[in-house]
Amino acid sequence: MSTSSAKLVDTGVGLLPEGVAANRGAQIIRHPSAPAMEVAIAMPAMPAKPRPAWLERLNGVVSTILPTTLLLIVLLAFWEISCSGEGASLPSPSRIWTESNEVILHPFKGVTFDLAGMHIQDGGDVGIAGHILTSLGRVAYGYGLSAIIGIALGVLIGQSRAAYRALDPFFQVLRTIPPLAWLPISLAIFQQAGPSAIFLIFITAIWPVILNTATGVQNIPQTYRNVSRVLALNPFEYFTKIMLPATVPYMFTGLRIGVGMSWLAIVAAEMVQGGTGIGFFIWDSYNSSLLTDTIVALVWIGMTGFALDRLVAFIGRRIARA
Amino acid sequence: MKVRSYLALEGISVIFPTKTGPFTAVENIDLSIEKGQFVALIGHSGCGKSTLLNVIAGLTKPARGVVFLDGETVEKPGPDRAVIFQDHSLLPWLTVEENVRLAVDKTTPGKSRAERKEWVLHNLDLVHMAHAAIKRPGELSGGMKQRVGIARAIAMQPRVLLMDEPFGALDALTRASLQDTVMEIQSQLRTTVVMITHDVDEAVLLADRVVMMTNGPAASIGEDLPITLERPRNRIEAAELPEYNHARHAILHFLHQRYSNPLDEAA
Repeated sequence: MSTSSAKLVDTGVGLLPEGVAANRGAQIIRHPSAPAMEVAIAMPAMPAKPRPAWLERLNGVVSTILPTTLLLIVLLAFWEISCSGEGASLPSPSRIWTESNEVILHPFKGVTFDLAGMHIQDGGDVGIAGHILTSLGRVAYGYGLSAIIGIALGVLIGQSRAAYRALDPFFQVLRTIPPLAWLPISLAIFQQAGPSAIFLIFITAIWPVILNTATGVQNIPQTYRNVSRVLALNPFEYFTKIMLPATVPYMFTGLRIGVGMSWLAIVAAEMVQGGTGIGFFIWDSYNSSLLTDTIVALVWIGMTGFALDRLVAFIGRRIARA
Repeated sequence: MKVRSYLALEGISVIFPTKTGPFTAVENIDLSIEKGQFVALIGHSGCGKSTLLNVIAGLTKPARGVVFLDGETVEKPGPDRAVIFQDHSLLPWLTVEENVRLAVDKTTPGKSRAERKEWVLHNLDLVHMAHAAIKRPGELSGGMKQRVGIARAIAMQPRVLLMDEPFGALDALTRASLQDTVMEIQSQLRTTVVMITHDVDEAVLLADRVVMMTNGPAASIGEDLPITLERPRNRIEAAELPEYNHARHAILHFLHQRYSNPLDEAA
């Protein structure tokens, strides 16, 4: 800021420094009762060039995340103060930091990357990121299956009224069953922990994919159907050129809900079985009375779930635009 | 044996099932249209104009009656009966060029890629939209979208062009400009056209023949008026011709005296 002396002028829209008023094309009318005043006011030095784009963007990012950051600090402070007394049932942030230092600072323990890809050490003794990555691998399988089969079933019941009438009641009932309730059945069917966990994710994530895809197909505007009939598109062309693009927004709504639910299911699944994975990690830390580790794991789970959601939303936007 | 016209509707009745029982939309309609003729169908809302158009398109199956096109019966929709929908119905995820291209790919299977592309651009040029080939429908005004809708339909080189209130959603100035484009194209292509309209001036200006429909249910053809104004027609000059005003008056009389709007009567 450079301070300079400027003449204030009553422009009829308020007092403005004379140069500014003239620059803006304002008509300079001196109000009779307000003669020109000689005052020293602070004027920002005019930047020689407009600020570079990256600075503008940085500015935008800062103003977006600033409120969240401030609130986070306030909440952490509140937590710290309210849980710092003797015999507090919940550990305070500072206690989490000291007691779970190892977990927080070495998330990639036991995970190595090389040209062949990523390797996670066998056995439970890996960092928290290792557990997250193991869980993400399971989610990739289960969620991938539910995306493929869910879209196929959604198209089927969206397209055929008979199939809708036959299947929809089953879907409506089955989708309300919580992931943990599937666990005994899943174990009975697959006899092994690995496939059961993947089945749990699959069966939890598939319902929103089916139902949203079906809604999307049912909501294809009649005029698009008429266009396809007049052009005499064959079923394959109708599917690729009209149905898929028209349904993509609905599909990705389902896929987004589905990815969130699959992440809920993985934790449930691994808490009971496993030996690896973030769900196991939580169960293990609970059994070892390491509440601070559990809280660190919760933060990781939340951030990962958030990232998954954003990833699917991003892919959806890209595909809708293409 | 009588000689059938190029496009012939014989004894068409359309009945829709409804909750309160079957509803007869149009009843026993006979209509013969010669090749290259431009026919306007006019009538109040709900009189079954669109139903009749959909029957010709093959989108709606008549309960009774047959549609013949060039001696063949119409059984299902097909690109030889292109439809221009009121809401243009362009696919928003495709560019203007791709929208027209979709129709061209289906109707000119033998042509090379380059020839098809050229055909697409030629048709966009006819409706003065070649400049917007790479735009998406969302970036265009209503009138421009409908221009592309027209390009898509004529690019299919249909035997009959069916227009379902093509300019109904447009403002008067845009509508006039599109009407001029349609007349321009029609003077070159001489396609057989059936156009639904609510607009008396549009009907008289564009059509060789105005078919007036009675009010539904069970609507039928009330009057069939030939418009013998010379072409090319100019909207300003035509408006001063006694023949134009006579036709206009006849249609208005039909619509507002003999068969006034059923909604007004109910009110």
